[in-house]
Formats: sequence, structure tokens, C-alpha cells
Amino acid sequence: MEAVRTMKLCGLSVLLLNVFFSLTSALYFHIGETEKKCFIEEIPDETMVIGNYRTQLYDKQREEYMPATPGLGMFVEVKDPDDKVIMSRQYGSEGRFTFTSHTPGEHQICLHSNSSKFALFAGGMLRVHLDIQVGEHATNYAEIAAKDKLTELQLRVRQLMEQVDQIQKEQDYQRYREERFRQTSESTNQRVLWWSIVQTLILVVIGFWQMKHLKSFFEAKKLV
Amino acid sequence: MYGANVGVLLQVLWAQLLLGWARASELTFELPDNAKQCFYEEITIGTKCTLEFQVVTGGHYDVDCRLEDPEGTVLYKEMKKQYDSFTFTAAKNGSYKFCFSNEFSTFTHKTVYFDFQVGEDPPLFPSENRVTALTQMESACVSIHEALKSVIDYQTHFRLREAQGRSRAEDLNTRVAFWSIGEAVILLIVSIGQVVLLRSFFSDRKTTTTRVGS
Repeated sequence: MEAVRTMKLCGLSVLLLNVFFSLTSALYFHIGETEKKCFIEEIPDETMVIGNYRTQLYDKQREEYMPATPGLGMFVEVKDPDDKVIMSRQYGSEGRFTFTSHTPGEHQICLHSNSSKFALFAGGMLRVHLDIQVGEHATNYAEIAAKDKLTELQLRVRQLMEQVDQIQKEQDYQRYREERFRQTSESTNQRVLWWSIVQTLILVVIGFWQMKHLKSFFEAKKLV
Repeated sequence: MYGANVGVLLQVLWAQLLLGWARASELTFELPDNAKQCFYEEITIGTKCTLEFQVVTGGHYDVDCRLEDPEGTVLYKEMKKQYDSFTFTAAKNGSYKFCFSNEFSTFTHKTVYFDFQVGEDPPLFPSENRVTALTQMESACVSIHEALKSVIDYQTHFRLREAQGRSRAEDLNTRVAFWSIGEAVILLIVSIGQVVLLRSFFSDRKTTTTRVGS
């Protein structure tokens, strides 16, 4: 009983801390008011992608970035390889978005702020902390360990299984891409072949026509 | 009993604190022509970091890259590089900045992939309460995990190079299509134009000779 309660406490605290840290120590960049920043993720199908972002607005009076601004939101738009929008949602100044790919290929994740009041930005930029985890990196092992009550060895094996799964999916995706590449190359080859045949035919036909036409022209002018 | 539980809890929390400072960010983004894109990361002193980047599509597949420390000292600067990997140990606390620049290009957009690894990967489980060394099974698991990580890394780079090759092939395909149609049209125009021009030469001379004659 005591051990179970400890495990549950551990799991919960680990989960909370994970969430806390995933939002504080991430890569950040600056974005303008109407600017749209897009990131490309090339992933195989049935792959989960988790994105965490946090925004900070520049406070001109204190000349530093404020921790959080209420009312400031970000639009997150995700497009699949066929340019179809699979997710388009607005989140607050801090958000977490998840999607699973159903077609392999280049997915585009675009972020832009929903602010229409130019005064809000006050000539500064918006600082966006972003963290995108794909596939195996998206799984939270501490959570799985707490939920399924796995020992250390079992957790390690589970991690290895996830990694191998990801490798296998990537390999399948690679095979699909190689096929597309081969199709493109074969189409180029065919096009070059056809073009050279057609061009030779055109040249020969034009040559004949020119000579025949000129001959009849000169005969009519009584020069030949 | 209660004290031991709190002890374990504290150890888990401490492990998570360490976990917070180890991150790997990999992103692929499009860099328009004459544009510069900068990314920042807060790093603590003594952390070993690696920055790896590769240009996926666009032009001559090269980009300028620059890495600066919190005080503005340039740690790494390369112009027109296609792929590179740079490892450094953070000597100062603060916000490190790295920028990719496509300012030398006039009209080609570039797609750049980068992978910024900060610190080592966190351990899966807190090993603070471990008295003995790893068992053979566990150390085998750790070495397999490291090997698989490098496999995934190689796969990523292979995928990017394949994307590069494929985009070149698709470019070639469309160029061949346009060129062949254009060339056929030009050929027809030029050959018919030649005949018409030649006819016009002879028609003019004929009229002048008749005029002179009469």
C-alpha cells in the first residue's frame, strides 16, 4: 500500500515537473506581429507529434520580456503533405498541440499571433519558446512507468522497442520516397527520349517542306 | 517508512530538475531570400552542446551560420556551408544565439534543418538510490539505446540528402518538359520565318528590276 502510494506520488510529481520544464527551457525565437512562422516536419505515417509553446511579450517600460500576457493568443495551423489543413486552432499565450500523421510526407506547422492591436506589440517582437517532439521523443517514459508499474529493465526495453518502431517506420517511409524518386527519374528519362524523337521528326519534316516550298516558289518566279 | 518515501520523492524531483536542463531541439524551416533567422537558447555553464545543420533544398544548398555566446563573442562562423556539426562547452551562463543567413542569395528560398543538442540525455530512471553498478542486461540496454540513437541520427541525415536529390530530380523533370515544348515552338517559328523572309527578298528584287526595265 505504502509503496503504491509512493509510486503514485512520484509519478504525479514527475509528470508535473516534466510539464513545467518542457515549457521553461526550450529554444526561442522572435516573431513580428503579423509574421507567420512555419516549420516543416517530414514524418512517416501514424507518427505522433507534440508541440509546446510559450509566448512572452516585450514590455517597453521595464525593457524586458514579461512572463505571461493574458489575452494574447497564437494560431496553430497544421497542413498535411497534400496541403490540406488537418488542424487549425487558437491557443492562449501558452499552449500544447498534438497531432498524428495519417499520410507520410512533409507536414507544415505554422504559428502566428492573433493580435490585431498593433499597440500591444509596441514596436517590439514577440518571443516564442517552441519545442516540437516527434515520434519516440514524444513518449513520456516516466508516465508510462508509473501507469504500468514497470521496473527499470522493463522500461529500458520498452524504450528500445519504441526506438526500433520509429526506425522501422522511417525505413518504410524511405522506401516510399525512393519509389517516388524513381518515378520522377523515369518520367524525365521518357520525356527526354520522346522530345529527341519528336524534335528530329520536326526537323526532317520542316527541312522537306522548306525545300519543296522554295523550289515551287523559284519555279513560279522563273528563276530555276 | 514515511521518511524513506519522502526521500525517494525528493530524489525523483532532483532527477527531474537535472532532466530539465537537457534538451534536443531539431527543426526544419524555410529561409526566404535576403533573410536571416536567429534562434536563442538559455544554457548553463559547463554544458556540452552540439549544433548540427544541413541545407535541404534551394539554390546551391548553402547557408551562412553564426553562433554567439551571451556576450556577443562569435564562437562559430561559417559562410556558404552545406552541412556542418559544431560541438562546444558553454563557458558562460546565459542566452546563446545562433543565426542562419540567406542574405547572399537574391531569389532562392532555402530550407534549413538544424539540431541543437544541449547537455547529455537524461537517464531513464533516477539512479541516485543505486548502490551496485548496472547489471549486464541494463548495460546492454544502454549500449543498444546509444547505437539506436546514432541509427536514427544517420537516418535523419540520409532522409535530408534524399530530399535534396529528389528535389533536384523534380526540378529537372519540369525543366525538361518546359524546354522541350518551348524548343519545338521556337523551331517551327524560326523555320517558317526563314521561308517567309527568303520569299520577301525575291519579291522585292523582282519589282525593282521590272521598274528599271520600263
